[in-house]
Amino acid sequence: MRFLVPLLGLLFIASLIIGAAGIGLPAPVIFWQLRVPRGLLALLVGGGLGASGAALQGALRNPLADPGLLGISGTAALGAAIAFYWGLAAAFAPALPLAGLLGAGVGAIALLVFAGHAPTGPSLILAGIGLSAAAAALLAFALALAPNPYALAELTFWLLGGVADRTLLDCALAAPPILLGIALLISVGPGLDALSLGEETAASLGIPTEKTLRRVALGTALAAGAAAAVAGGVGFVGLAVPNLLRPWFGERPAALLLPSVVAGAVLLLAADMLVRIGVLVLPLHAEPPLGVLTALLGAPLLVVIARRMGR
Amino acid sequence: MIAARGLSVERGGRRILDGVDFAAHGGCLTALAGPNGAGKSTLLKALCGILPGLMKPDPRRVAYLAQDPRAAWGLTVEEVAFLGRIPHGDRKRGPVERALAEAGVAKLASQRINRLSGGEVRRAMLARVFATEPEVMLLDEPTADLDPRAAFAVMGLLRAAAGSGRTVVVVLHAIELALRYADRLVVLDRGRIVADAAPLAALPAAAAAFGLRFGEDKLPHLLPE
Repeated sequence: MRFLVPLLGLLFIASLIIGAAGIGLPAPVIFWQLRVPRGLLALLVGGGLGASGAALQGALRNPLADPGLLGISGTAALGAAIAFYWGLAAAFAPALPLAGLLGAGVGAIALLVFAGHAPTGPSLILAGIGLSAAAAALLAFALALAPNPYALAELTFWLLGGVADRTLLDCALAAPPILLGIALLISVGPGLDALSLGEETAASLGIPTEKTLRRVALGTALAAGAAAAVAGGVGFVGLAVPNLLRPWFGERPAALLLPSVVAGAVLLLAADMLVRIGVLVLPLHAEPPLGVLTALLGAPLLVVIARRMGR
Repeated sequence: MIAARGLSVERGGRRILDGVDFAAHGGCLTALAGPNGAGKSTLLKALCGILPGLMKPDPRRVAYLAQDPRAAWGLTVEEVAFLGRIPHGDRKRGPVERALAEAGVAKLASQRINRLSGGEVRRAMLARVFATEPEVMLLDEPTADLDPRAAFAVMGLLRAAAGSGRTVVVVLHAIELALRYADRLVVLDRGRIVADAAPLAALPAAAAAFGLRFGEDKLPHLLPE
């Protein structure tokens, strides 16, 4: 943490002074309407995804769990797609994040209903896979029936994920659910530690295991769902961050929660800096989507982790 | 002490425990034996209240060691022992260090549990149970898959725990360990208690429950040091 927190501070400052308008402090209008929301949103989204990944991997006792597994990111994307589809996003800018949040909320309720009154790890995963599949099918349906090619292009680009061109209003909409989600996930730390010995042992230690799983599902829905609602499909952060931290912070799930928040924010800010620098130094006519970059960075990291696990 | 009266448990339409009256007292090492499916593990789980619909005892007072003591992550032995403090909601070092020493794994404190041998893992899990400083210890086959020496060592630890006044209830498949270490042998068969006596006195009933003969032979044994 002594290394991660200063790194986060440095990256955030860099995110305020580096951008398409060049390097250095930009005009106030660019600073407040572009740089600050973009940096803040990267912090929020990265932190939310990092916390969700760490808590979910702890709760499911599986290093392969990703917040996207629960399907909430999918329903958030579906909500956003519907806002695009009906032209709501064009008519009223906040409609997009609001529809995404609504999608995440509906998804979270569906998940908790599908997983039943007494969820277990497998029931939660199965419910999430079902929800993802339904959301993906409906999303494909919306894409197929897109009213005009522009809407289709816009929607596809949005689904690739990013934090560029967002407003302070997007931050204000996403911050409460993401911060609440992170707080909820951190509060279940001892329960996650106990669950590492199995659900029965955790119960014998006085941990309400079903309540813990429901809290993890709800916290992930809030944090990762709101992240997807404002930033689209930013993948791999939730999956990769806890796996990257284990060699340094140990494998105890609760010990990974807070570092994963900070490291998630670091990773997303760093990826977003690469996006901005990429468009400055490479012959690109537009910024590469952030989700593409996190996936490109995340994939080799996962291969490295997989090789280490094999030993 | 820990007790249950008229305990009946049904799971999946099958009656696993059928009106069991059971009590175990402090200072006594009680062994539970019986054929597979007799309800030993279920009785243990019922006593520590982790079956649905049963009353949960105070987790600070009653500690439970599951039959399969694996950890999902590469926790260190010390981290595993600290999990025993969860019921108290603290992270006190004193009880954890005493537990590590008591279980004989103080030297392994910083080792990862997934790099240890089966016997060392069992001892680490016992350290977790000791760290809770419970009055009652419920242990499901703590000597399964251990070599004879490690099994003797674990039983010696439990013997000492009972000697210090704790209530220790152990599910054992190895009847010879029950004969050697337990104060009392409770034999379960098809969900009922069929014998409850000093180990030697309960042996004929245990033999009958397993469908075996009861007798003596002249084979030499491996003995604890």
